[in-house]
Amino acid sequence: MTDTTLSAAERRKLVRDGLARRHLNERLFRTFGIVAICLALGFVALLFTDVLRKGIPAFTQSNLHLEVTFDPELLKIDAAPVRAAGQSDADFRSARLGWERQVAMLNWNTIIEAGLRDAAPAGFEIESRQLLTISESDARHRIRQLFVNDPDLLGQTISVDLLASANTDNWIKGNINRDLGDAQQQLSAPARALIDIFEQDGTITQGFAWSLFTNVDSRSAPASAGLLGALMGTFWMMLIVIVLAVPIGVGSAIYLEEFAPKSRLTDLIEVNINNLAAVPSIVFGLLGAAVFINWFRLPLSAPLAGGLVLTLMTLPTIIIATRAALKGVSPALRQAALGMGASRTQMVFHHVLPVTFPSILTATIIGVAQAMGETAPLLLIGMNAFVASVPGTPIEQATALPVQIYLWQGNENRNFFEARTSAAILVLLGFMITLNAIAIFLRSRLEKRA
Amino acid sequence: MSTFIVAGLLLVLLGLAYQLGWSKSRALSTPQGVRVHSRGQYHGALVALWTLVPAVLVLGVWAFFSPGVTHWYTVSQIPADVLASLDQVGLNQQMQRIRDLASGFGVTGELRTFEEAAGQNLARFQLLSFLIMLAAAAGLGVLGLTFARRRINPRLRARNEVERAISWGLIACSAVAILTTMGIVASLVTEAFRFFTYINPLDFFFGTVWAPKFSSTGAGDAGQYGLLPLLTGTLMISAIAMLVAVPVGLMTAIYLNQYAHANLRKVVKPIIEILAGIPTIVYGFFALVTVGPFLRDFGNTIGLSISATSALTAGLVMGVMIIPFISSLSDDILNQVPRTLRDGAYGLGATQSETIRNVLLPAALPGIVGAFLLAVSRAIGETMIVVLAAGNAPILRGNPLEPVSTITVSIVNQLTGDTDFTGPQSLVAFALGLTLFIMTLCLNIVALYIVRRFREQYE
Repeated sequence: MTDTTLSAAERRKLVRDGLARRHLNERLFRTFGIVAICLALGFVALLFTDVLRKGIPAFTQSNLHLEVTFDPELLKIDAAPVRAAGQSDADFRSARLGWERQVAMLNWNTIIEAGLRDAAPAGFEIESRQLLTISESDARHRIRQLFVNDPDLLGQTISVDLLASANTDNWIKGNINRDLGDAQQQLSAPARALIDIFEQDGTITQGFAWSLFTNVDSRSAPASAGLLGALMGTFWMMLIVIVLAVPIGVGSAIYLEEFAPKSRLTDLIEVNINNLAAVPSIVFGLLGAAVFINWFRLPLSAPLAGGLVLTLMTLPTIIIATRAALKGVSPALRQAALGMGASRTQMVFHHVLPVTFPSILTATIIGVAQAMGETAPLLLIGMNAFVASVPGTPIEQATALPVQIYLWQGNENRNFFEARTSAAILVLLGFMITLNAIAIFLRSRLEKRA
Repeated sequence: MSTFIVAGLLLVLLGLAYQLGWSKSRALSTPQGVRVHSRGQYHGALVALWTLVPAVLVLGVWAFFSPGVTHWYTVSQIPADVLASLDQVGLNQQMQRIRDLASGFGVTGELRTFEEAAGQNLARFQLLSFLIMLAAAAGLGVLGLTFARRRINPRLRARNEVERAISWGLIACSAVAILTTMGIVASLVTEAFRFFTYINPLDFFFGTVWAPKFSSTGAGDAGQYGLLPLLTGTLMISAIAMLVAVPVGLMTAIYLNQYAHANLRKVVKPIIEILAGIPTIVYGFFALVTVGPFLRDFGNTIGLSISATSALTAGLVMGVMIIPFISSLSDDILNQVPRTLRDGAYGLGATQSETIRNVLLPAALPGIVGAFLLAVSRAIGETMIVVLAAGNAPILRGNPLEPVSTITVSIVNQLTGDTDFTGPQSLVAFALGLTLFIMTLCLNIVALYIVRRFREQYE
C-alpha cells in the first residue's frame, strides 16, 4: 500500500495526470459505439437501396401496341361448334376440344408478324424470325385466346397490347451494353434498330407491369412471368398457419401457464418448446419430407404440406409470446375473478385472455410474417417445382413467394431476371412490412383501450 | 358440394343441441326453490359436445374408408373378362369413364354395354353410401343429444364436465409441441440409421472427401460421404459471421443502452430490428448479386483473388443478419444488471466506459455468452444465404476467400426434388440433419441454461 504514503496533493496530481488518457479512452469507446450503430444502420440502408434500385425498374415493362388483322387468308378454320340439343357434356367438350386443337395448330405468329410489319416503316428490311424476337413468345397464345373467346373476330382488325420480349425490354432499359458487337447481343441488328424506331413512334411504350401480379411463372416467355401462382400458394399456406397455429399455440400456452401442475414433465415441455424455437428451419423441412410426404403421403409440392411444416415452425413463437403475455397479467385480476366465485377456466377465458389479446395478436402477425419469408424447409418438400398454374385448393401443386424468388434468381436470363427477382423481393418485403405495421398499429390501438 | 352439406348440417345440429340443452336447464330453474348447479350455457355446451363428438367420429371414419370402398366397388362393376384384359393404365382409364358416367358428365366414344349399368350403379352407390353416412352421423349425433339432454337435472355438474373437456383440448394442444420434437427425432434417427446401413458411420463422421454419386446404376459405388469438408465450411462461415456480428451487435447494444438519448434509442432500435425480420432468401440474393461481386472487384484492386461466392461473402452477410439478434439479446441482459453496481462504480470516480468495461460487462458476461451461443446455433443452421452465396464447393480447405459448402447446403442439394429415400444419396440428408440437430441442440441447451442461471442470479 504505497498510496498511503502519498500526500493528498500528490494523489490529486496522479489522478489529474491520468485523466487525459482516461477521457481519451472514454471518447474512443463512445466512438466505437457510434461506429457500430452507423455500420448497422448502413447495412439496413444499403440493403434496401440496393433492392429498390434493382427492383423498381422491373415494375415497368415494355408494351407493344399493334394493329392485328385476323386475316381469313392466313386463318383457315371451321366454325366453332355449337351445342346441339341432347348432346352430352362429354361429346360437346370433345367437339370443342377438337376445334380448339384445330385453332391451336394454326401458325398465329403469321398474324403477329403481319402486325409488326405494318407497324414498321415502309421498306424496312428484316427477316421474320428476327422480327418475332421483338414480341414475347407467348404473344401468339394471347392472340389465339382472343380468337377462341370470340370467333367472330375473323376478318376484323383490332388493336392489342402485347408484351415486348424480355430481350427487347433489356435493350430499351439499357440493361445490355449497347456497344457490344453483334455476336454478343441477344437481338439481331435489324431488330435492335426497329425497336429503337418503335420506341420513338410510340409503338412500344413503358407501362406498369401488371403481368407481374396477374400471370403465373413462365419459362418460355420470361417477360410474362408473374407471381400470381406464388402469391396464391403463399396465401393458402398462411391460411393453414393461421387456422392451425393460433388455436393450438394459444391453447398450449394457456395449459402450460394456467393449468399444468408444476412438475418435471412441464419443465421438460418448457425446455422442449424453447429448443424448438431455436431448431434450424431446414430440420423442419426434413421432418416434413419424412413424416408428411413419406409417411402420410400428402401431395408433393402442395401448400397443405408446406402449411403444416410452417405451422409447426410458428407454434413455438406463438406459445412463447402468449405465455409471456399471460405471465404479465396482474395477479389482482385473477384473484378478483376467483374471489367472485369464477372457476379457474372462467377466470382464464373470461378475464385473463381478453387482456392479453393485443399481445397474442402481435405475436401471431409476427409469426405469420416470419413463416411467410421462410424458404429452406419448402425446398425439401418439393415446393421448388416449376408450376405454371394458380392453385385453386391447398392440395394442388404450387410454389410460394420466397421460393419463387429462389427460382428466379437461378434463371439463366440474368439480365432480365435480376430485376424481376428484386421486384419479387420488394413484393415480399412489402407484405412483411405491411403485416408488421398492422401489428404495431393494432397493438398501440388496443393497448390504449385496455 | 357434399362437404358444405355436411358442414351445414353439423352446424344446424350443433345449434339445435345447444338450444335444447339451454332451454331444458332454463325450464328446470323456473320452479321455486330449485337451484341448478350449472348455468344454462354450460348445459347447452355439454349437450352440443355430446352431439358433436359421435357425429365427427362417424365423419372421420367415413372420410378414412370411403375412397377405398368406392374404388373397390367401381372395380367390382367391371366384368371379370374385361378386367382381365386391362393393365394398370387401362384400368384407371376405365374407372375414370365409369366415374364420368356416374357424375352425369358423360363420355365420348362408343359406350360399352356394361359401362352404362356400371355408371348408374356407381351413382346409386355413391348417393346411398353418402346418405347412409349422413344418417349414421346424424343418428349418432341425435342419440348423443337425447342422452345428454336426458341427463340434465339440477344437480348435474355440467360446468365441471365442460371444463374438463376444455382442459383435455388444451392438453392435446400442448402435446403438439412434444409430438413435433418426437417426430423430428424419430424421423431423423430412423432415416439416418438407414443411411448408416449403406455407409460406415466412421467414414461419414471422419471422412475428408464429399463426393456423392448421383447415378443409381453402380449399386456398389455410392460415392464418398465425408462430413469434414462440410463441417469446416459451416464452422468457417459461422466464425466469420460472429466476427462481424459480435463487435457490431455488442457495441450497438452498449451504446444504445448506456449512452444514447431515449429518443435516439426509440428510433435506432426498431430500424436495426428490421434486419431480423428480413427473410434469409433476401440476404442470400443480396450476397449473391451485390456483396460477392463487390468483394471480388475489391480483391482485384488490392491484388487478392477473392471468389464472388465464398465463405467470406456468405459469412459477412450472415453476420449482418445476426447483428440484431446479438444486439437485442445483449440489450436485454444489460438491462438486468442491477443499477446499484453501476452507481457504485460511478461513485468511485470511474468514467462511463470504465464502468462498462470493468463492472457491467463482467457482470453480464454469462448472459452475453449465452446470447453468443444462441447466435452461433442460428448461424450453423442458416440455409438460404449459404445456398446462394457460399459457392457449393465441398472441398476440405482453410481459405475463406474460396467457395465452400456447408451441412445445410448439402441437405438441400441431396434432398431437393427427391422423396423416395431409397439410396444413400437422399438418405444422407437425414444423417446431416441429425448432426445439425444435435449440434444446435447442445448449443441451445447450454445457452438457455446459462441465460436462465444469469437471470436467476439477479432476480
